[in-house]
Amino acid sequence: MTEQGIGAAVARREDRRFVTGQGHYTDDINRRGQTYACFVRSPHAHATLNGVDTAAAGAMPGVRAIFVGEDMAEVGPLICGWAITDVNGEPFRAPPHPALAIGKVNYAGEAVAVVIADTLEQAKDAAAAVEVDYGLLDAVVDPAQATAGGQPQIHEAAPGNLSFEWALGDKAAVDAVFDGAAHVTSLEFANNRLVPNAMEPRACVAEYDAGSGEHTLHIASQNPHVHRLVMSAFHGLAPEHKLRVVAPDVGGGFGSKIFIYAEEVVLTWAASRVRRPIKWTAERSESFLTDAHGRDHVTTAELALDSDGKFLAMRVDTTANMGAYLSTFASAVPTYLYATLLAGQYTTGGIYCNVKAVFTNTVPVDAYRGAGRPEAAYVVERLVEAAAAETGRDPADLRKTNFVPTDAFPYETPVIMQYDCGDFAGSMDQALDLAGYGGFQARKAESKAGGRLRGIGFSSYIEACGVAPSAAAGSLGAGVGLWESANIRFNPTGNVQLFTGCHSHGQGHETAYAQIVADKLGVPYEQVEVIHGDSSKIPFGMGTYGSRSAAVGGSAIVKAADKVIEKGRKIAAHTLEASEDDIEFAGGNFTVKGTDKAMNIAEVAFTAYVPHNYPEGLEPGLDETAFYDPLNFSFPAGTHICEVEVDPETGSVSIERYAAVDDFGVLINPLIVEGQVHGGIGQGVGQAMLEHAVYDGAGQLVSGSYMDYTMPRADDVPSYDVGFNGVPSPLNPLGVKGCGEAGAIAAPAAVMNAVHDALRDVGVGHIEMPATPLRVWQAIQDAAA
Amino acid sequence: MTVSVSLTVNGEAVSADVEPRTLLVQMLREELGLTGTHVGCDTSQCGACVVHVDGESVKACTLLAVQAEGADVKTIEGVADGDTLHPMQQAFHENHGLQCGFCTPGMIMSALDLVKNNPDPSEREIREWLEGNLCRCTGYHNIVKSIDAGARAMRG
Ligand code: FES
Ligand code: FES
Repeated sequence: MTEQGIGAAVARREDRRFVTGQGHYTDDINRRGQTYACFVRSPHAHATLNGVDTAAAGAMPGVRAIFVGEDMAEVGPLICGWAITDVNGEPFRAPPHPALAIGKVNYAGEAVAVVIADTLEQAKDAAAAVEVDYGLLDAVVDPAQATAGGQPQIHEAAPGNLSFEWALGDKAAVDAVFDGAAHVTSLEFANNRLVPNAMEPRACVAEYDAGSGEHTLHIASQNPHVHRLVMSAFHGLAPEHKLRVVAPDVGGGFGSKIFIYAEEVVLTWAASRVRRPIKWTAERSESFLTDAHGRDHVTTAELALDSDGKFLAMRVDTTANMGAYLSTFASAVPTYLYATLLAGQYTTGGIYCNVKAVFTNTVPVDAYRGAGRPEAAYVVERLVEAAAAETGRDPADLRKTNFVPTDAFPYETPVIMQYDCGDFAGSMDQALDLAGYGGFQARKAESKAGGRLRGIGFSSYIEACGVAPSAAAGSLGAGVGLWESANIRFNPTGNVQLFTGCHSHGQGHETAYAQIVADKLGVPYEQVEVIHGDSSKIPFGMGTYGSRSAAVGGSAIVKAADKVIEKGRKIAAHTLEASEDDIEFAGGNFTVKGTDKAMNIAEVAFTAYVPHNYPEGLEPGLDETAFYDPLNFSFPAGTHICEVEVDPETGSVSIERYAAVDDFGVLINPLIVEGQVHGGIGQGVGQAMLEHAVYDGAGQLVSGSYMDYTMPRADDVPSYDVGFNGVPSPLNPLGVKGCGEAGAIAAPAAVMNAVHDALRDVGVGHIEMPATPLRVWQAIQDAAA
Repeated sequence: MTVSVSLTVNGEAVSADVEPRTLLVQMLREELGLTGTHVGCDTSQCGACVVHVDGESVKACTLLAVQAEGADVKTIEGVADGDTLHPMQQAFHENHGLQCGFCTPGMIMSALDLVKNNPDPSEREIREWLEGNLCRCTGYHNIVKSIDAGARAMRG
């Protein structure tokens, strides 16, 4: 390891601009002649749209245009890019989602019209003056009831409000195992609906150059090329070569900025109509009402065990709330990103999972940090913990009894995944140490003496990251390939520009990727610049989500570096008058084996651009691009242990300790990796204890602002003890696995298992997320009654 | 109708004609081009917009620009000494106290006010002081660590 190569805890280079206020987020961009968009949104969750009267608003000062759904009839509707086949062999029902509503609105906040005016104030004033005639309909809100008879029908194309019913596994075989099992643990619970809440609200600035016919869209996006592709191929807004999409500094994504939303489609289309740049930035209330939400499952889950505590089978029945429409990747989340992880870290023999994806009159639900995997980990780890309590076993021991043994890899699960490698028991042991498990009973006794309840909870999660091998994803319904690109461009003076198709919105790619290039090519770290986010600069790339930037994006960089070395070897051989086979490359130097004849890579680059004495037939230049398609998912896994103390008088829960040991394979920058773990845990703690998107019976989002939706604050969370037990993945050239989602996947079960453990002493059997003080207090009262 | 507002920002006298409903944060961002101060919410909860007004941390979305008439305002752009980062900025950098950076200006402005009043804050005091600053990326761990380190560096 060099000082700034792979494995070094380099403080991030991007920090300087952020700590000095010099970042460039989308809302910081202003263009000459810029106008502003304000969307008229439905205040009703379910209504017919009988008419939109824009006459008065259109006459207000500064208003340039007002558009309604019918005006955009030529623009294709928003799409869902992952097709699912129903249990009956039918395609899923994906009703059209026009960017501006036509004829009907299906959730409160859905865009009905857009006003474009010279100032934001003028746009807002005019939007308030647009008169919409709604015909109110009853709303479908509760996903568990959505398909029941007598519910209002949301989409004609989706009878019974069902998008699809999907299943994985052999039901008859699993049922048979359950029939003969020594013990069955059953749980029913919800996985609470969350609002992603990246701190930077969604925003875009759309421009159109009438001279060149080129559209430029600056947007807070995690994947500018995916935006470009969909807006071109499906919305028909412009051919790809006439549409430039730039995602500049982006203030967090967590999934919510993957998707193609109505606003960017409308702005891109409208900018060529009004012939002015148009800006839109969501107000936080709009973010709550329109950003795709996360989770929202209702689940019944069962685990069958034999008398030795071996997991024999698992049966899971889930209703997943899709909201009013299928968002961009919504259908993949409760299916291939969920049921395929239900084996967890265990050798469970058979698994059957049935999923009903239903429509409700709520904001669309899609991937949010972890996406399906937190839901799966919650199912598995709550079941295991409950089974341990029911059968009187130590929860750590029960897990160890069932872990996939270290020598069993590659390991084929019953739910179509092949785990590449891991050391589940090793991570557990390390976590037990870090958590001070041996001292828990003493701490519990001490709490008890003070009138408090103490509990400990485990979460031995696994996730599938490094999204994704294209052919496998395609066979499961993905509409895109999920490879990644990298272009390493040497300049004649020896410094390097790395162009990547991944996108950093907090992950520190500018630093970590420069470390990879410095490490592989021996170029000084300072001389490597990382460029991302601009479709007119970078090669086509798939962006950042699913913890893919290291395993897929990083691997593409290594492949491009290999090509650079290969070409450099030819140049060096020629210059040094040696055979290519005799040239060795290490530490930035090409050396003739067994001699001191050498030239460094900067000299090679110069020679490539000034090829006066150069191998015959070799192209000039040192500029190599690689596209890397992963061989498999990667499987980060680990054990998180949470210790809580509950005040039975108030129901308040405080996290006293939180220990995490994760296997992410090789770490490129441990400082950044730790930060990713912390952030993920923070969001997972939020889900477990604080956050809940609540709709009332009329489909109004009750927790629609920071006054009502409880975001984790600094004094709600503890400091975290983080450790690593890396087993390098054999499946990619860096040996990395991905670290971005682990915390959010592991933490909800760890926290909730600890809360259940604490409350078991006072007879509380079940409590739902978020375990707010009111809920905890109520559960304690009910148990005592 | 517009009104003229004059104030000092980062040591420079500035003035602008703004609508009476213009918030201080809008004036800073839109009129003065100081886009380091961010807007993360519409209910004065997130703290992305924290600046110093007459030496105290204030959410710039809670103040109308006209209310800042004559005030001495400092934004994140005014914290470093030329190319030399302020010790608090340096501490955020060294301790990985930021990821996407969106909350960071508000965090740093808020932290500076804390340390001014309490040069040696405990972890609990730091966490409680940050009640009004939301971060979605870091889980707060490294922000708390950064502020602790920054405070130490400022004590010298
Ligand atoms: S923008 Fe001022 S507190 Fe959120
Ligand atoms: S660093 Fe992203 S919100 Fe704090």
